[in-house]
Amino acid sequence: MLTCRQATQLLSEKQDRPLFLREQSGLQLHLLACRSCRRYAKQIKTISQLSKAFKNLDG
Amino acid sequence: MTSAVASDHEEMGDQLHNPAFLQDLRQQMIKFAFLQLSSLPQAEDVVQEALTSAFQHLDSFKGRAAFKTWVFAILKNKIIDVVRQKSRLVTMSELFKDEESELSIDELFDASGHWHKYEAPQAWQSPEEMIEQSDFWIIFEACLDHLPAKYAQVFMLREVIELSSNEICSKLEISISNFNVLMYRSRTRLRECLENKWLLKEDCSC
Repeated sequence: MLTCRQATQLLSEKQDRPLFLREQSGLQLHLLACRSCRRYAKQIKTISQLSKAFKNLDG
Repeated sequence: MTSAVASDHEEMGDQLHNPAFLQDLRQQMIKFAFLQLSSLPQAEDVVQEALTSAFQHLDSFKGRAAFKTWVFAILKNKIIDVVRQKSRLVTMSELFKDEESELSIDELFDASGHWHKYEAPQAWQSPEEMIEQSDFWIIFEACLDHLPAKYAQVFMLREVIELSSNEICSKLEISISNFNVLMYRSRTRLRECLENKWLLKEDCSC
């Protein structure tokens, strides 16, 4: 079982490269059991969206 | 309808003749460029080029987008040109001399690699709700500024300028595993900072 530290690292890499099947299944297993890492996954995607919007802000 | 277009242009004309507006815009652009180029002279040059180009092509600006959005789109393209021209932006040793930044990831997890009780991510609002808050972008920018310069550079090239990881690695002459580490720490620190500063309205030393 992955630790939260390993899981968050994979979640970050998933934003930049496709994960190997084995990494992907280990990650899914961890996420099923871990609400904190599910939040982390969602939030780094949000940060990516916000970064893209950041250059367009007006004010 | 005609009057709406006319007033857009009028408003833009007013902005362009307002030294305070231009000065402020220039400062914001320099800050934006500096985060990605890590060189003030280069940031100033690229901003100057972007502004010159914007003024030369004012007639292609139709008032559809806010003037600032348009100028930043030009700036983004100029920054991509600079990054692509430069054989390398920083050296590896520069990238990894921020040793203090290693700490803030370590302290989020316990010895067995699980979240510390008080560091575990909390629930956030939706991005739409976040963006609606007037002070949200100020905090977002403050958190970006909080990243060590080299982390901010790699993060911005990837997430704002949207270069591919391979392109960033070859331009910066770093390995993919160094890139992964830099992105992981940047995202994790930024997440932590946003949560503490805004969602929990706390001061944060992250």
